[in-house]
Amino acid sequence: MRTLKDNILRGFLWFAAFLTVAILVTIVGYIFMKGYRLINFDFIFGDYSPTGHGGIWPMIITTIYTIIISLIIATPIGIFAAVYLQEYAKQGRLVRMIRFATESLTGIPSIIYGLFGAVFFVTTLKLGMSIISASLTLTIIVLPVIIRTTEESLKTVPNTYREGSLALGTTKLQTLYKVILPSAMPGILSGIILSIGRIVGESAAIFLTAGTVAAMPEGIFSSARTLTVHSFLVTQESGDIELASAVGIVLIVIILVLNLLATFISKKLNKANY
Amino acid sequence: MNSIETKLNKARTGKITPIKQDSEEKAIISVRDLNLFYGEKQALFSVSMDIQEKEVTALIGPSGCGKSTFLRTLNRMNDLIDSVQINGDIVIDNENIYQTNDVIKLRTKVGMVFQKANLFPMSIYDNVAYGPRMQGLKNKKELDKIVEESLRGAAIWDEVKDRLKTSALGLSGGQQQRICIARAIAMKPEIILMDEPTSALDPISTLKVEELIEKMKKDFTIVIVTHNMQQAARISDKTAFFLNGEVIEYEQTDKIFSMPNDQRTEDYITGRFG
Amino acid sequence: MSALPEKMGNANKKKYILEGLSSKLFQFCALISVISLLLIVGFVFYKGSLPFVVDGYSFIDFLTGVDWVPSEEKFGILPMIVASVYATIGALIIGVPVGLFTAIFLAEIAPKRVAKFISPAVQLLAGIPSVLYGVFGLAIIVPFLQNVLNLPRGQSLLAVILVLAIMMLPTIVTVAETAIRAVPKTYREGSLALGASQIETIFKVVVPAAKSGVMAAIVLGVGRAIGETMAVILVAGNSLIIPTSLTDSLRPLTTNIALEMGYAFGSHQNMLFATGIVLFSFILILNFVLAKISAKGEK
Repeated sequence: MRTLKDNILRGFLWFAAFLTVAILVTIVGYIFMKGYRLINFDFIFGDYSPTGHGGIWPMIITTIYTIIISLIIATPIGIFAAVYLQEYAKQGRLVRMIRFATESLTGIPSIIYGLFGAVFFVTTLKLGMSIISASLTLTIIVLPVIIRTTEESLKTVPNTYREGSLALGTTKLQTLYKVILPSAMPGILSGIILSIGRIVGESAAIFLTAGTVAAMPEGIFSSARTLTVHSFLVTQESGDIELASAVGIVLIVIILVLNLLATFISKKLNKANY
Repeated sequence: MNSIETKLNKARTGKITPIKQDSEEKAIISVRDLNLFYGEKQALFSVSMDIQEKEVTALIGPSGCGKSTFLRTLNRMNDLIDSVQINGDIVIDNENIYQTNDVIKLRTKVGMVFQKANLFPMSIYDNVAYGPRMQGLKNKKELDKIVEESLRGAAIWDEVKDRLKTSALGLSGGQQQRICIARAIAMKPEIILMDEPTSALDPISTLKVEELIEKMKKDFTIVIVTHNMQQAARISDKTAFFLNGEVIEYEQTDKIFSMPNDQRTEDYITGRFG
Repeated sequence: MSALPEKMGNANKKKYILEGLSSKLFQFCALISVISLLLIVGFVFYKGSLPFVVDGYSFIDFLTGVDWVPSEEKFGILPMIVASVYATIGALIIGVPVGLFTAIFLAEIAPKRVAKFISPAVQLLAGIPSVLYGVFGLAIIVPFLQNVLNLPRGQSLLAVILVLAIMMLPTIVTVAETAIRAVPKTYREGSLALGASQIETIFKVVVPAAKSGVMAAIVLGVGRAIGETMAVILVAGNSLIIPTSLTDSLRPLTTNIALEMGYAFGSHQNMLFATGIVLFSFILILNFVLAKISAKGEK
């Protein structure tokens, strides 16, 4: 009886795992099968044209713009905020409030960020539907990610480093940038890479703040579409699954490279720390 | 803290053990009526003590007796703990260190070696040069000189001179601890505090560190916390016995180990408790 | 010995000033989270409450109304609320057990070499843009349902549920697997030594011990499903009716916002913010309920 029950449960476990893997392999496999024929030099580096399938270079550039702008703002703010929470703040109401806010930001769905960005950055600050509006919205989206990962890696820095440095008559600030932050660097970097993944994958918030213009952006105040939004729009507007899948391949490769990079960096830097 | 409590504590400890003032010797550290609280809990009770220049003073006592806590008040390392409150006076070089508030200056003058070697994940050279560099010293020649002098001072120059640029964390535990001492020496402090510096070391390394401490005595005032009574007997000039946050007895080392005044001291050094 | 450069006095003054300034800067950066949250909540709630406070629309009619016709000033979102609830619960029922069982398999049963290969792959899939799941849903699941169930169109509640369930799988598997792996070996050894079988040990000892992490996995997975917008647009059909069967077309709250925000203005736009408030409350309630469940289990 007992072995029968065990075997049934064991069977379920195998089945669930098989199902998960099968589904995920099917999705990735399908996207590759459907899209790979379109992938060539002109597709990646060519300008977009509404006829035919069109190149995706403008969308790649837009995606890169959003990554760079959001990270330039979110990285220092996020790291400093984590430093404050871990290294400076005394436990109390203020810290609890900051932690609550950070956690709440993590739970807000991106469509709400989109709504906020559309009325605050686009309308109130008069930045218009533009790359900059989208990037500022994305900044708030990735801020909690950077704060959390930085905090986690600051926690792993042994306290003896702090004591050792301070006992030599250094200031907290010196200790921070000479000893603590270098030791926490692998974790911080993987947080940043995680954020890039989040930015690349984001659609709803960008859709409502950057608009959908399918052309090379003239600058950060232009409306434009990122790769992910492009993939969505070609599917919705023209049902062009082939093109959407080709863009999907590019996206999957980007995410794959980011993941490998994160693993590589944390391994390499861990070694550098001995 | 309120003064009634202080007075009560004073009443409890009774009269302060008289401190013999050798006419040639000058007290470099004078502690008077020092009380320390971790939140509500009092950890040091009206400690008073004069520590002589260019001597080794050992602090002994069972775990949790407050000897390490006391040591850490001398360079204000207890400031790192939020809940700590201190009253009483500590005068070092005619300056009341809890009134001047220049912690940086204090810690450049009072160095510290910790229980476990806490070298930074950097090269041997960078570890030793860390303190002077943080004080703004950039001149390569001078740094080279300080590093060599400090490593010689810590009797480890010959062992590491060919591998100064390699990781300090690749050394053995005993070597690391001597590099920690070199790192402290590099600041040219007047006083070096040692918090059970050999408790993590094997007997041979311990011996080397002890020999080193005896040699260092001519240049530095050393205050050392130790669990090991033989060690205190071997290397120190004066010994203070701590019990439950109070100084029970503070005397010449040979006296305290041959004919202690207090029964509790005798019980402890003869191994009846602790 | 050579002397250190001036190590006392004024040299330190600059350091203390810098020290004070930097700690203020760090504190300000930390407060940006709070400011952002206040701005977001403030703006969404302000805009969302305007129609009811200023224009005199009834909030009850808004929640219980079945007609959404902005051109006729009819704003009822009951169909969308029902659609969101159904889609989320459906995805939960399929996605959570499959995800958890997969996580248990990878952490406890799978041969090391298999797990070493599958786990990072699943983790990678947690990172791919959710839009791609929508593309796949539209290209494969929708036509499949259309053919097999003989529907006029395959965009339906069932399609949404399947896409959301698939989408939350990687998140649930990755987080739950980490939690299960973190359970100390001694727990397993203790249970096995008492004569329990491996399967009993897993379900009676290991998974309960990892409960808070497993709960976090579910919250994250469900959060992803309930907030998902773009992938859902592609497979939902977006009809403004209350779905009554798995084959009905539907329009959840999120998609309503995304579909109409582009051209909405005035009361219509504010009503979309009000829709946002409802979505917001939804997530708060969900987190609250899940926290309660896990707290109850704790006793």
